[in-house]
Amino acid sequence: MASVPMEQGLLLAAVLFTLGLVGVLVRRNMVFVLLSLEVMLNAAGLAFVVAGYRWGQPDGQILFIFVLTMAAAEVSVGLALLLQLHRTFKTVDIDAASRMRG
Amino acid sequence: MNTVFYISSVVGVIATVAAITGFNAVHSLLYLIVSLLAVALIFFTLGAPVIAALEVIIYAGAIIVLFLIVVMIFNPGIEAVQREKGWLGRGMWLGPAFLAAVLVAEMVYILFRNVSVGHPAGAGPIEPAALGAALFGPYLLTVELASLVLLAGLIGAYHLGRRHDTEETRQEQHREQETETEEQRELTDMGLPR
Amino acid sequence: MLHLLFLVPLIPFLGFAALVALGRWLSKGQVALIGVGSIGVSALAAMLVGFSFVIAPPEGDSFSQSIWTWIKVDGFTPGIAFYLDSLSVIMILVVTVVGFLIHLYSADYMLEDEAGYARFFSYMNLFVGSMLILVLADNLLLLYLGWEGVGLCSYLLIGFWYQDPANGRAARKAFIVTRVGDTAMLIGLLLLFTKLGTLQIQPLMEAASTHWVAGSSITIAAAGLLMGGALGKSAQLPLQTWLPDAMAGPTPTSALIHAATMVTAGVYLIARTNVLFTLAPVIHTTVAAIGAGTLILAGFSALTQRDIKRVLAYSTISQIGYMFLAVGVGAWSAAMFHFMTHAFFKALLFMGAGVIILGLHHEQDMFKMGGLRKQAPLVFWTFLAGSLSLVALPLVTAGFYSKDAILAGAWASDAGGKWLWAAGIGGAVLTSLYTLRMIFLVFFGEVRTPFHLKVGPRLWLPLVVLAFLSIVAGYLDLPETMGNRLWFSDFMHTSLPETKELATSTVLNLQIVASVASIGGILAAYYVFLREPGLVRRLVMTPVGAALHRFWFVGWGFDWAYDNLIVGTYVWLARVNRADAFDQPIRAIALINQAGHFVLSTTQTGQLRWYATSVAFGAIVAVGIVVFVT
Repeated sequence: MASVPMEQGLLLAAVLFTLGLVGVLVRRNMVFVLLSLEVMLNAAGLAFVVAGYRWGQPDGQILFIFVLTMAAAEVSVGLALLLQLHRTFKTVDIDAASRMRG
Repeated sequence: MNTVFYISSVVGVIATVAAITGFNAVHSLLYLIVSLLAVALIFFTLGAPVIAALEVIIYAGAIIVLFLIVVMIFNPGIEAVQREKGWLGRGMWLGPAFLAAVLVAEMVYILFRNVSVGHPAGAGPIEPAALGAALFGPYLLTVELASLVLLAGLIGAYHLGRRHDTEETRQEQHREQETETEEQRELTDMGLPR
Repeated sequence: MLHLLFLVPLIPFLGFAALVALGRWLSKGQVALIGVGSIGVSALAAMLVGFSFVIAPPEGDSFSQSIWTWIKVDGFTPGIAFYLDSLSVIMILVVTVVGFLIHLYSADYMLEDEAGYARFFSYMNLFVGSMLILVLADNLLLLYLGWEGVGLCSYLLIGFWYQDPANGRAARKAFIVTRVGDTAMLIGLLLLFTKLGTLQIQPLMEAASTHWVAGSSITIAAAGLLMGGALGKSAQLPLQTWLPDAMAGPTPTSALIHAATMVTAGVYLIARTNVLFTLAPVIHTTVAAIGAGTLILAGFSALTQRDIKRVLAYSTISQIGYMFLAVGVGAWSAAMFHFMTHAFFKALLFMGAGVIILGLHHEQDMFKMGGLRKQAPLVFWTFLAGSLSLVALPLVTAGFYSKDAILAGAWASDAGGKWLWAAGIGGAVLTSLYTLRMIFLVFFGEVRTPFHLKVGPRLWLPLVVLAFLSIVAGYLDLPETMGNRLWFSDFMHTSLPETKELATSTVLNLQIVASVASIGGILAAYYVFLREPGLVRRLVMTPVGAALHRFWFVGWGFDWAYDNLIVGTYVWLARVNRADAFDQPIRAIALINQAGHFVLSTTQTGQLRWYATSVAFGAIVAVGIVVFVT
């Protein structure tokens, strides 16, 4: 089968990562922020797999598994924080939690 | 194979854009699932069938579902959509879009400046057996550490997600206060400041 | 017995140490025993040393005794070492003997002071020790140590009754004015050391005479700076303003420090470093001119004072002016002779005034005194003896011989000697006037305040001894017209340069003029102050008279001038610089920090998205640097 050149795979990963970054910076609803974070993590994992494919080693995939594990832990904690935010501030707007200003 | 790659990547990018620009949380999450499926397909073309499956099962199947459950708890309704529309004016996208464009431009430059050096293609799909051997071999310690991360996440999620006004937590707080005053009395008996 | 020299300054210091350590627990009698006894033993040692020095003079007419090395650096090793020659012998004898008498007197005088008795004697002992260090020092650094020591004690003793802030002010004024002189002296010492490489006095004098040309600017600078120091300590123009105010201290202090000893330190300094002054004739003549000017100025001021101690203070300034006049014209031994006689009669006058003040229950205004001739006869006769010596009554008082020697030296001088002599004669007339005015106001006329004091032996013995000395001390130096037995001058000439000789007939004429001046002054005072007091009152009423009287009363306006010119300028500068120009740069640093903090803290919005944006921006910049720069 014809192989995928590494640069294009990495380019895709870069684009997806950037899109996730934009989502983090722009959205005020915490759900969307966490969602965008997932997009970024996914893009990073994609980059790992592409690199592992280029060298022909399973190391890239293993690292992707770890990225996945970490994403899972992060999501659970993040959603718990989202629940706390909602309970304390009665809103899902992350700009509301800005008491540490100045 | 390449065409599969290109088509999946286009689908993935469009789905991601739709996900991050949506006003309805559930719709965005569904778009995200589409994006993840596209990426899983890309993994398959890159000779990594195991993690293609893992991507679908864990990422799309567990994590995003968790998202959906939490969003359902909030039960947003139509006023959430209105609120999102209010928060996202046209001008909001300009700054981050500019930053993102610069970032992509930088990465394109890095990636494609030495195009003459053609990278050899991969040696084909990687066997799951090799993956397993690597996990039980050199990466054994990392597996254990990953389990610790999950444990930390578990405890953190439990603690942070607690309601602080239920009977259970009230009792806990009461017990905490009792031990606190006991400690203070011990310290003053020893003659130390609190 | 010359090796006993070190005891002379040591014992007063031991007395000081003992009183400081134990004074709190000792009774007044014990304190007096230590305080007076230490000076007494020191006087005894001084007399033994002096006796052995006169009977068996050591080689080179000088004796050195080194105690230890004080500082030891490359090229500079002053030591605690004493140098004894005829000049020092006279000084230590006068300081210890007169000091002993004054200490004995103050054992009685200060009895009514409950808390400060031991403190007083400790300060007085410290003073005598420092003064002895000053006169015995063989290098200028040690002399400066003694100089500062006496200045400190002067401050401590002027402000002895510190509960009254006026006394503190007077003490500070004395210290600051003398400080001006001390600074000049210190610069002079530094100049001498850097140019000549040593501060040992005798080698310094030799080096100056070999290396320096007479009249060059360096000698003028060095001599002028040392003169500045002498002017401050001896209360001469323009630094004389502190001495009248120093009368705020106890009377024994005024007697010891501000009459007999400390204020003569300037004269001693000039006499010690006479080589420098002969190398700088301009400064030498300036010294004489300042002496002449001061004696006239102080004489006029003394004529108008009401406080008996202030009269004596201005009189001291005037008499030291005579001593400066003497050293200024090169009559070195005459200056030291006058120093000795002045110490005797001025200490006597101050102690007598002290007894009067005590007896009149701390009344010091002469216009409230009177008729004490019958009430305190012993005080009257001793006071009269001292006063007549001050006035230089011919032939029978010591003051006549010493003042006459000065006037002869002035007449013989080349640099405007006749004018200086005329000033001296004028001063003598003034001296008679103000002294007899004092006598007539205090002892004659009707009693305005009754005298109540039991004058014990500790009070009258010093008075009697000093009265005796005020009369007979003059016979140590019989001038050419009376037998030419110049024992004192010959003794002094072993360490000081010779003075010009005058023809015997000239000396006789000068003596006659001086006698006429003093006796004439006495008669004029008798007429004006006793027979026709209304004449003076009418004179003072006239506008010119009143203005002159006011002008002389405030010491020719020096205090007013210094207050406005110097103090006023400084206060104005301080007010202008309220915002403190030197502090602003430092405050600016703090302000810049605060501004920076304020600016930076606005970047902490507390919002998550803002922080994420900054991270993204930083990442872009970092990647850019890595990609494009390296």
